[in-house]
Amino acid sequence: MSQADMTMAAHSHHPPGMTVGLEPFVVPAKKMAMWLFIIADAATFAGCLVAYGFLRNGTPDWPRPFHSMTNAVLMTFILLTSSLTMLLGVRAAKAADRAGAFRWTMITMVLGIIFAALHIREWLALIDEGMTLSHNPWGSGLFGSAFFSITGLHLLHVTGGVIALLIIGLSWKAGHRTAEDLETAGLYWHFVDLVWMFVVPFVYLLNMAH
Amino acid sequence: MDAPDVHPNSPEAKYTDSAGKYYVIYVCLLILAGIQFYIATLNLDTTAMFARMLFVAVAEAGLAIMFFMHLWAEKRGFLLFVVIFTGFVLLAMQYGWTDSNRMDVGAPYSQTKPGAVQQ
Repeated sequence: MSQADMTMAAHSHHPPGMTVGLEPFVVPAKKMAMWLFIIADAATFAGCLVAYGFLRNGTPDWPRPFHSMTNAVLMTFILLTSSLTMLLGVRAAKAADRAGAFRWTMITMVLGIIFAALHIREWLALIDEGMTLSHNPWGSGLFGSAFFSITGLHLLHVTGGVIALLIIGLSWKAGHRTAEDLETAGLYWHFVDLVWMFVVPFVYLLNMAH
Repeated sequence: MDAPDVHPNSPEAKYTDSAGKYYVIYVCLLILAGIQFYIATLNLDTTAMFARMLFVAVAEAGLAIMFFMHLWAEKRGFLLFVVIFTGFVLLAMQYGWTDSNRMDVGAPYSQTKPGAVQQ
């Protein structure tokens, strides 16, 4: 065992004799796992958006059902603000402000719930107007499947994020989590926000009725 | 308050940016999002509107990834790994657009070749 290996073993949590490689990126394991998930998930969302663009580009009677952008503006504002509150939570956690980190995490979670509620309200309004997965009164029936699958996948991520924030927030308050755990959850939440930056223009704004 | 999780001299201390920086990025993101909504009100054709919105969305995503997700503070090797790997995957997905245009303009396969015998 080289001197470098022995030094590394002395400072790691690995049992003696276990060979561990170098850490070229110096990124903690949980954060690295989250980044790899984010890269894979980015490919998933990109696949959905490209497929949507493929259909939209190739369909002459593509519907433009949105008459108002108020809901989209509100949802965007809430999600962007939730990213800020998540950052403030992680920052408080790094400064060992346990109460502050918990408070900001819960605020982020509540904003996520409001976002999901607005999203569901919009879905119900569209369903009420006669939109289904395969049919709508405005044009190509492909719009419903594209819209519901993309926004549904995003809504699923928001819901998962809300549940994760609740669990991590409560266990952070109980002293079972570290600042790194909150930061990893924050990475996921920022990614959900990032995806919305592409969903809004392409799925909502390009389909505004003029 | 307990002792800080991050020692001021440790490598992770760079992630504890000032809150002011976060507010500035947040306002920039709000402005960019506002520009997207403004573009939607313009009387542009779909392609021009899409190009403008994509440009703004990429700028927004760049700010969020670099500063909200702290990728800018990571090792340059990790930054390059994420950007190059993800970028390659996303670019590789664009191969189907020519087929999408074929759906739209009906050429070449959906049109019957002159002289071809219908089955």
